[in-house]
Amino acid sequence: MEPICNATCLELSFPATETEASTGIAKLSAGLAKRGLPPHKADDVKIALAEAINNVVEHAYMDVAPAGVQVTCRLDRNRLDILISDTGHPLPGYEPPDGTPAPLGTRIRDLPEGGFGWFLIHQLTSDICYERRDGCNRLSLRFNFEEDG
Amino acid sequence: MGLTSTSDGTTQIITVHSDRIDAAMAIQFKEDMRAETEACADRVVLDLSGVEFIDSSGLGAIVASMKQLGLNRKLDLAGPQPVVEKVFRLTRMDTVFNLFATLDDALSEPDR
Repeated sequence: MEPICNATCLELSFPATETEASTGIAKLSAGLAKRGLPPHKADDVKIALAEAINNVVEHAYMDVAPAGVQVTCRLDRNRLDILISDTGHPLPGYEPPDGTPAPLGTRIRDLPEGGFGWFLIHQLTSDICYERRDGCNRLSLRFNFEEDG
Repeated sequence: MGLTSTSDGTTQIITVHSDRIDAAMAIQFKEDMRAETEACADRVVLDLSGVEFIDSSGLGAIVASMKQLGLNRKLDLAGPQPVVEKVFRLTRMDTVFNLFATLDDALSEPDR
């Protein structure tokens, strides 16, 4: 289920459906905790990972048959790198959205019910890198464990 | 997804019996909240203490649930775990909802 490339790597592939993603995100979080992800980073990683994977499920495979999502995590002493790959549509403009959140507005009925995904990813990661290669989306998320590291 | 509800007439307490409110269950959550809040309590307190994870879809479903209540009823949130509280804080939704540390806190300050 979780082929391990070495003590600090974790890989998981699953079909790009909401249910499989939900289970996959939980598995990855548990696996990273077991491999030594600092507890104070656990929530940040889980939120950003969930938003990135949900984007794949909801947008990359929109109007096409959903294939797989592959997640590769590399845990070092000072940082965690996560690569998320899929074969769906590329990101618009071939770059990650800048993540400006929808304004909250002043009335309850105007409150946004979405549009926070990329904002949260930007807030919680140290670096974001995207490339489209050979029909694959490759999104890399980096989490530094020390602010000035 | 599992919601249970108790009411004393003016305040309805809805408890979430799921460890997450995420994209996979956001639509179901919204529908279940609609069904649970058909009664006319002025104030609904959503007990999130059992929820260990929420994503932006889950957040959106809670926002949608508040909109469903209409203008004269309010939705307060109780017992968010740190990760849930963080999603509300980062998105500034903590300025829109009253978040109470515990259900007891929520019930002892009904007018807040």
